[in-house]
Amino acid sequence: MTTYAIEAEGLQKSFGETKALAGVDLFAKPGTVHAVLGPNGAGKTTSVRILATLIRADAGSARIGGYDVVKQAERVRATIGLTGQYASVDEDLTGLENMELIGRLLDLSKRDARARAAELLEWFDLTEAAKRPAKTYSGGMRRRLDLAASLVGRPSVIFLDEPTTGLDPAKREDMWGVVRQLVGEGSTVLLTTQYLEEADALADEVTVIDRGRVIAHDTPLGLKRVVGGQTLTVQPADPARLADAAALLQQVSGSKAESPRQGVVAVPVKDDSALTETVARLHAAGIGVHELSLHLPSLDEVFFTLVGRRAGDDKPAGGGAHADPDDGEGSGNGDGDRNASASAPLTV
Amino acid sequence: MTTATTTANPLAGAAGAGKPFTLIRHSAALAKRSLLKTMRTPEALIDVTLQPVIFLLLFTYVFGGAIAGSQSAYLRYLLPGILAQTIAMSATAIGVNMNTDISKGVFDRFRSLPIARSAPLVGAVLADFVRYALVAVITLGVGYAMGFRIATDPLRAGAGLLVAATFALALSWVSVFIGMLARTPGAVQGFMFLLVLPLSFGSSTFVQANTLPGWLQAFVNVNPITHLAGLSRSLFLGGPVAGHFFWTAGWIIGLTAVFMPLALRAYGRKV
Ligand SMILES: Nc1ncnc2c1ncn2[C@@H]1O[C@H](COP(=O)(O)OP(=O)(O)O)[C@@H](O)[C@H]1O
Ligand SMILES: [Mg+2]
Repeated sequence: MTTYAIEAEGLQKSFGETKALAGVDLFAKPGTVHAVLGPNGAGKTTSVRILATLIRADAGSARIGGYDVVKQAERVRATIGLTGQYASVDEDLTGLENMELIGRLLDLSKRDARARAAELLEWFDLTEAAKRPAKTYSGGMRRRLDLAASLVGRPSVIFLDEPTTGLDPAKREDMWGVVRQLVGEGSTVLLTTQYLEEADALADEVTVIDRGRVIAHDTPLGLKRVVGGQTLTVQPADPARLADAAALLQQVSGSKAESPRQGVVAVPVKDDSALTETVARLHAAGIGVHELSLHLPSLDEVFFTLVGRRAGDDKPAGGGAHADPDDGEGSGNGDGDRNASASAPLTV
Repeated sequence: MTTATTTANPLAGAAGAGKPFTLIRHSAALAKRSLLKTMRTPEALIDVTLQPVIFLLLFTYVFGGAIAGSQSAYLRYLLPGILAQTIAMSATAIGVNMNTDISKGVFDRFRSLPIARSAPLVGAVLADFVRYALVAVITLGVGYAMGFRIATDPLRAGAGLLVAATFALALSWVSVFIGMLARTPGAVQGFMFLLVLPLSFGSSTFVQANTLPGWLQAFVNVNPITHLAGLSRSLFLGGPVAGHFFWTAGWIIGLTAVFMPLALRAYGRKV
């Protein structure tokens, strides 16, 4: 009956005074990649830990493959693989021992545990390091070992908490390849990220969260439509030609060019074709460039569009789109309430 | 779809439910891991191997003559006590180890697997029993080389070791409880050290209680280590058993009754 591999409704979680989650809904269809996009402290890790049965939500419910994460935690654990934000490998054990231990705990025979370990170590390029204690591994190797460990049981639902944060671009591409392969084999992947680019590259659907709330749920395409597609940035080799470059970009895109930093001009563009046209026109105008790039908006820019403030900032920027509905109420009503509550102690 | 409900009781893991062998297998795998770690960590290995040997050599050859008149007489007195005490004290490490696993995230990995929630705890206890056996073999081996002989029989000597291991298990609950509460492994270590140091030296392990000043004797006479060492001596060498046995059993029951529920509850919250 279940159509979702991951479904969560109204998740709430507080740590003392901190409200980490204030009602988060998440839905992911089987065999898809679902990205949870949000800045530091948004509640990504807390959401993942609730879904992976590591902590309990204060309110709300969640099911993985139809199993309730609280009432059927064991079933959930048999279904999932978890790679946390920080590697959870045993540093005193070798890569192989780490992997074999997981295999044994998943009831593989000694021989099968070893074979599965070897297979995964090979896939993650750790065969040579397999007999070394994990404490001698680099950060990237530890991460790969951690991911490999979460795949021993061939989980059908995989959680990856910021799998590429801190990786260099080449390693990031490798990780993306891994995610694509896992989904190609039929798994459902929920990954958290701080990069719209990553969500765009991998995800079928994206949930954007901020301060424990969902602020958008869409496909990457839909999300890009909302936040205005891509940005084309040009840095002329000769700073004196900045104005020419700006005028040129304006012609190509139809929008006014802005200067995000010294010596650089940028415009929002709808699609890739603007890039080729810009190259041709720059060439024709004889403007040499140091930098010419087409990129998706950063998380910062996404947030600015969606909630009218920078990611992580507490205050709305210049009275933007984000407005607390209660703030719009007439002040008379509010005053009345305040008076009522102020007088309450006297009447008690 | 069937239900596999988990309860608040950490010892009722659903994966192992109805399949006790599964729990034993998982715990054994985790115990093996724990022992591998001990082998690779010099400090941990020294605790169970070198420390009792150093104590034996140091006290016998340096203080033995002064304390008991002759080194061989002192060795007879000392060895059963050192053995029991070392086994008991090695229980303090379990809380440190579990705290380390939690703070390093290794526990999260275990908890995301479909194993009984008790498996990591049972595994740690199993590994401890292997360590106790190692302590016994090494201490007795060195003791024999130095001239110590069991004067009773292997059965009673074995019973002595079993009582020490049982006391160690009771003390483990204190260690696990602290291990679940403290923020860092270092804090657990520090607390357990403060707890264990007076128990260890304020006991009859090294000197007879009647050689001590009166105020100290009062402490020594209720200290569980005194009675554990005394019981061990009687079981290895002969002598009255009952008094020490009741004291030791009382402490084991008391520690277990108070700290096992506390430790399990704290563990259940973390697992
Ligand atoms: N164990 C914890 N104790 C106290 N506060 C926590 C704990 N875990 C998370 N938080 C707080 O909850 C909020 C959300 O954290 P987290 O889910 O880790 O965000 P993200 O993974 O998106 O960076 C943050 O304000 C964080 O400080
Ligand atoms: Mg996080």
